[in-house]
Amino acid sequence: MEALMALIIGLLTGCGVYLVLRARTFPVVLGLTFLSYAVNLFLFAMGRLTIGQPPVIAAQAAGYADPVPQALVLTAIVIGFAMTAFVIVLALKARAELGNDHVDGKQEP
Amino acid sequence: MSLPLVVLTPFIGAILVVWVSRQGRLHAAWMAGGITLLTLAGLLPLADAPFAGQTVIQRVSWIPAVGLDLAFRLDGLGLLFALLILGIGLLVVLYARYYLAEQDSMGRFYAGLLLFMGAMLGIALSENIIQLLIFWELTSLSSFLLISYWQHREDARNGARMALTVTGAGGLALLGGFLLLGHIAGSYDLSAILAAGDRIRAHPLYAPMLALVLLGAFTKSAQFPFHFWLPNAMAAPTPVSAYLHSATMVKAGVFLLARLFPALAGTPEWSWLVGGVGLITLLWGAFVALFQHDLKGLLAYSTISHLGLITLLFGIGTPLAAVAGVFHLINHATFKASLFMAAGIIDHETGSRDMRRINGLWQFMPYTGTLAIVASAAMAGVPLLNGFLSKEMFFAETVGIAAPSRLGWLLPAAVTLAGVFAVAYSLRFIHDVFFNGEPIGLTKTPHEPPRWMKVPVEILVALCLLVGIAPALTVEPILAVAVAGVLQGPPPDHDLAIWHGFSPALGMSVIALVGGGLTYLGRKPLFAFYERHEHRLAAKPLYDRLLDALFALAGALTRWLDGGSLQRLLFVTILAALLLGLAGFVGAPAPLTGARPRLPVDGVSLLAALTLIAAAIGAVLLHRQRLVALMLAGAVGLVTALIFIRFSAPDLALTQLAVEVVTVVLLLLALYFLPQRTPAESTPPQQASHILLAVAAGGGAAALAWAVLTRPYETIAGYFLAHSVPGGGGANVVNVILVDFRGYDTLGEITVLALAGLGIYALLDRLYLPGPKQDAEGRAWDPDLHPALLATLARLLLPLALLAAIFLFLRGHNLPGGGFIAGLVTAAALIVQYLANGVAWTHARLPWNLHALVGLGLLAATLTGLASLAFGYPLLTSTFGHWRWPVVGEIELASAMAFDLGVYLVVVGATLLILIHLGLIHHASPPADTVPSPDPLTVSGGHPAPPKRQEQEEAR
Repeated sequence: MEALMALIIGLLTGCGVYLVLRARTFPVVLGLTFLSYAVNLFLFAMGRLTIGQPPVIAAQAAGYADPVPQALVLTAIVIGFAMTAFVIVLALKARAELGNDHVDGKQEP
Repeated sequence: MSLPLVVLTPFIGAILVVWVSRQGRLHAAWMAGGITLLTLAGLLPLADAPFAGQTVIQRVSWIPAVGLDLAFRLDGLGLLFALLILGIGLLVVLYARYYLAEQDSMGRFYAGLLLFMGAMLGIALSENIIQLLIFWELTSLSSFLLISYWQHREDARNGARMALTVTGAGGLALLGGFLLLGHIAGSYDLSAILAAGDRIRAHPLYAPMLALVLLGAFTKSAQFPFHFWLPNAMAAPTPVSAYLHSATMVKAGVFLLARLFPALAGTPEWSWLVGGVGLITLLWGAFVALFQHDLKGLLAYSTISHLGLITLLFGIGTPLAAVAGVFHLINHATFKASLFMAAGIIDHETGSRDMRRINGLWQFMPYTGTLAIVASAAMAGVPLLNGFLSKEMFFAETVGIAAPSRLGWLLPAAVTLAGVFAVAYSLRFIHDVFFNGEPIGLTKTPHEPPRWMKVPVEILVALCLLVGIAPALTVEPILAVAVAGVLQGPPPDHDLAIWHGFSPALGMSVIALVGGGLTYLGRKPLFAFYERHEHRLAAKPLYDRLLDALFALAGALTRWLDGGSLQRLLFVTILAALLLGLAGFVGAPAPLTGARPRLPVDGVSLLAALTLIAAAIGAVLLHRQRLVALMLAGAVGLVTALIFIRFSAPDLALTQLAVEVVTVVLLLLALYFLPQRTPAESTPPQQASHILLAVAAGGGAAALAWAVLTRPYETIAGYFLAHSVPGGGGANVVNVILVDFRGYDTLGEITVLALAGLGIYALLDRLYLPGPKQDAEGRAWDPDLHPALLATLARLLLPLALLAAIFLFLRGHNLPGGGFIAGLVTAAALIVQYLANGVAWTHARLPWNLHALVGLGLLAATLTGLASLAFGYPLLTSTFGHWRWPVVGEIELASAMAFDLGVYLVVVGATLLILIHLGLIHHASPPADTVPSPDPLTVSGGHPAPPKRQEQEEAR
């Protein structure tokens, strides 16, 4: 399972990096979303993987997953949304002002 | 008053001065004077200790955990310096009140002056050297404000900038030096450093440390080759020059030499560096001063020269040289401050500082003239004045150190030559200004200044005379105490007398006086010589070239890394991050795989993982078809939620699910206004390098994740798990962490969310983006914008969705849920209404002010946090209790719930704010009614269509 998780994190990072290196705003925003997934999963993985032990206190629980990375990632997901929203609106603004959606705001040659 | 309070008083005074200056111009001057007197009165009772041979050290605990205290120290040297700062400060306050013109802002001037005074006191009275450095930088900053006081003048702005650049760069070097010094001594406390002199001098890092510390001291004290900023700082108002550039700030460098004397002095490096630089500065300053036509320029170079003299004395390094250095420091402060003030009076009365024009002023202002002549005589080193005494001690020291060697006569000869020039430029100051014919082309008739403007000059000149005639009765006690502070031991035997018999030093004084007179008489060929070679000697062009080169270098570096291309910049950044990350592993023999037992893979998980992998790869391969890529990205997000649920994180899964829905809707809305396809633009090599980098980054992330996941670890989770129920009143530990344990972080995070929402609102304000008439394939949009089926279903589902949100919110403290999730669910439910029924329809039924909602949420969260303060608990402490409700039964309510409600409101408000306003530009921007085009902007905006050809070809 750990290998699968590492593979997923790596894949999402790679996809994210490739997409943020594109020349148009929309793929870059998508790339940032992918990087957010990767980062969130990575942070979450810092608490290691546990199955069937949510950090909700109960009398019969055998153990608990680490709640600290979870709390961190929860807010990170919401902030990530805010960031995506901000960047995509910035992209719209750039298109309105510059007339194209190139990341450098320039018309293609 | 305690020492910290003494240092703090001028800073508080600076604020008060600004405040009272609104009541009236002169209030500011009175307030500044009062504050200075108060500080002096606070300091004087503490002065007993240094006179009794004790050092006062007072600490204010600041961050005891890392050993950071605010530590202050008062010994003889600090006391002398503090008295100079406050005493001359008081005179300058009085003088400036008459100097400043009607249109100058008194409040700003005195506030800057007090700020500077506080910073200087901080330097004089600091025990911790890092703290000393902070005050050091504060003097640079406040002197910037004071030099540029006449902001409308370009020379003032340039001079201020140059002073800040040079002294600021020196401050950076000094920081490095202090860090090394603290490292060597094992403490940042002066007491420990001064006691560790032998260890410091023997340390292998001594030389680099000394070089850095000296860079700081030399730049501040305008030593060669950093002297050029001081003449350029003469654009400052004259009270500033009198205070900063003669008596105090420029003395900070030599103060530092004196302060660290026991720790650093006594090595060949010290003698050659400090002595050598001091000697060159002494000679150069004295020589150039003679040829200045600007009155203040002459004084500036003379100051440079005298600072070089003091530096040279500390470089000589004998105890007696230290006595002479401190003595000259005092004397120079008195005669030079009075000379600057006299120069200011002359400038004030004649409107000019050009010595080729202001001649023969004796007939207009004999009184000021007398004062200025006495002060210049002190500067020249005429007997019966204070300058003579310290200069003769200086001459004696140079003879003393030079005696044994064969070339020993060189040093006394050089300093005598400097003495000759000092006499010559002092003579020029007297002769050119007060005699030498009639004034040329003055706009007003000069006369004596107001009575009180002369008082500070009179006091200083009286001091020059008193010290010069009866040194043992006047200056001896404070001098002895200050020297004891420098040496950290008893001062050596010294004799402050006017007559020491016929000694070599007396001979040098006579040669200097006679030679100076002769040099002045024969000045014509010298002036001609200087004017021929002046351009070669000026340091300012060199500085300008250096600065230009620095800017060019920075520009070239930026262009190389950035090149105006985000792609390139990102590539370099990611590559650098990768390499730095890799560097940490080079040479570390730890295996990649750790010892933690691994979980077996099951079929469902594998299937989900394969889905995610396929979706992610598909999104990258098909990224040119934006809608498809977006859908695939959504799929990745959904599987991510599944991963969270699989690995015991139900809260995360719920959040991810809700966010995913909102994000996809948001991106869909935005995509409507963007081209539907991405053209292929990267060249194959670029493409290849991007793929390589992506694979490397992905591989690195995977390896790192693998290494961590397979290793056992220690966690702080135990604390949270144990205290969640008894301390936070909730069983859902993640939620309790968010709203209770780490409530402060959450408050910050919802603030960020609120700001993002408001920022987006501002970005969208008056944004006009016409949407396309057709989709990418050229098909027209469905005319039925709000299908009845969807609208009906959405309306039916709304109460259910809201109910679910309330349910999630209420149970959040004990079971998965909470404000974040409930807020996102609510937002999603409402957004569906907008989508299904249209903005106008929904807006009419939900006429909320979303800004107010966001504000209300933040207010609720903050107030809940603050409420705990009212009960005497730290910020954001939560409480909880159980209540019995009729019918419902027992219910638990925690104050954290009110906080969570704030979170909920912010999330709902910000999310809706973002999405609705994005939706509203749809409303405001009808589809362009132009020819069918996949890119409406290029057509409607009048841009040529060719750019899109590529895309259209690709679409085919």
